[in-house]
Amino acid sequence: MNRIFSALALVVLSASLAVAAPLDTFKGQKGTLDIAGGTAHIPVMKKAAEAIMSANPDIRITVAGGGSGVGVQKVGEGLVQIGNTGRALKESEVTKYGLETFPFAIDGVAVAVNPSNKVTALTKAQVKDIFAGRITNWKELGGKDASISLYVREDGSGTRETFEERALDKGTSVQSANVVNSNGAMKTAIAQDPNAIGYVGIGHLDSSICGVTVDGMVPSQENAANGTYTITRLLYMNTKGKPQGLTALFIDYIYSADGKGFIASSGYIPLDKK
Amino acid sequence: MRKAGVFFRPAGRSGEAGLAFIRVAVAFAMAGMALLFLMVVAFALPVFVQGGGGGPFSWSWAPGRGEFGILPMVAGSLLAGGLAVVPGWIMGLCLCCWLMAPPCVARPGLWRTLVGALVRVMTAVPTVVYGFAAVFLLSPFIRLSLGGSGFSCLTAVIMLSVLILPTVVLVLQAGLGPRLEAVAMSGAAMGLSRMELLWNVVLPVSRGTLLSAAVLGFGRAVGDTMLPLMLAGNAPVMPESLLSSMRTLTAHMALVTSNEVGGAAYDSLFMAGLLLLLINGCVSLVIRRMGGRS
Repeated sequence: MNRIFSALALVVLSASLAVAAPLDTFKGQKGTLDIAGGTAHIPVMKKAAEAIMSANPDIRITVAGGGSGVGVQKVGEGLVQIGNTGRALKESEVTKYGLETFPFAIDGVAVAVNPSNKVTALTKAQVKDIFAGRITNWKELGGKDASISLYVREDGSGTRETFEERALDKGTSVQSANVVNSNGAMKTAIAQDPNAIGYVGIGHLDSSICGVTVDGMVPSQENAANGTYTITRLLYMNTKGKPQGLTALFIDYIYSADGKGFIASSGYIPLDKK
Repeated sequence: MRKAGVFFRPAGRSGEAGLAFIRVAVAFAMAGMALLFLMVVAFALPVFVQGGGGGPFSWSWAPGRGEFGILPMVAGSLLAGGLAVVPGWIMGLCLCCWLMAPPCVARPGLWRTLVGALVRVMTAVPTVVYGFAAVFLLSPFIRLSLGGSGFSCLTAVIMLSVLILPTVVLVLQAGLGPRLEAVAMSGAAMGLSRMELLWNVVLPVSRGTLLSAAVLGFGRAVGDTMLPLMLAGNAPVMPESLLSSMRTLTAHMALVTSNEVGGAAYDSLFMAGLLLLLINGCVSLVIRRMGGRS
């Protein structure tokens, strides 16, 4: 009897502790929510979806990629409830489908080199030439006489998308560059290789690697947030018409303290809901 | 069959229940294999049929331009497996001979016992551990001594040959051991040492074992994902030299699945998977025939 009593007390206690959590809004909800689109969003969406689904097993959330174009198309045709894009919606898309857009994070990408490298300032033209394979020796940039080791991210990576779109002006990087599959692996590679150059999400910059200024812009969270650093983009969630029910709750959850935590731990800078 | 029947005695002395149990188990295993093949083939078929310029059987991987060629990765896998199996197999054979032919059989000595135990432990080390160690030890060494970025075909091949070493040694030991024991007495009577027996009598008649050790080693090297992913550099191009970056099929699948769900890039992975299955299947068939003839 006593044991049952203490177990009950424990349940009551833990329930009362959970009251303040943002996850509470999902209590009693059920149904499915499908999300598709931009790949950069996936880590944030997945973390949020896992948190929601483990708090409330009656809710099923699927997260798929496909890219910004797929996100717009699927949400517009009603195949998913949230279509993610790594760019602002085009006027034509808004009018055609009647989409509502919710920017929730800034994705900034910093060019980085090994801390022992003397070259810490580059122009955008130099960055393009390096990644296109036209500049192959650090000597040409005022550094020591050593060939440049290029490191890029895998195809479909959001960091790569942002970098190629904003730093290379939609150019591509040379095929023979080394490919690594995460911001962590990129940091390890650059920290190990004195001749390395690569790029990481701004949230991943630390003392093991050295962020390079591009056209004088210093890569930092503050500069990305206030707009003085421009190798950035906003990440958007889009819905067809005003979001309702589970979709609205999910979007609010992304803007909550929990959501901001997921955004920051994925290497992005959280934005407040407008 | 009769042995298994012992455990099912209540069902009948002849062991029908045991037999049935074995049949069910075999059916399950076969169905699983068949299903796996069917799935992969079914998913790969549309990609195969559609063909065209950007299809999987071309030399350029550039999803941004609609090109999904996986041939550089096929070449990378074959290269990595083929190059790794040579040093791995030679080292394995030497190690195995040394382990099996101590001067005194009754006392193998501390070193042989230790090394033998180490080889068995090595089979259980996850490849990510090898990869992690190599990122911090081997790749800087290669970068400083030979140049390049340190993430290269050579780096991956060296670690792959270490990875397959225990597999090779254990297969060889299992195959050569009984043969050596069978001739040990008569050999000793003729005044031959164990090493001489192994080298002159056992190895020449053990072509099948030697080949199957190589095949298993090759299969293990081709199938490994973590080491090429962490060490080979992953550039989706044919490597120009041992020191340049390359990508294997396994690493390619890992890289693409981390972002893509659906779409042409994703579909081309089933072709990659099918090719991996075929590579291993073909090699093992060919070698089996060769082994059978000896």
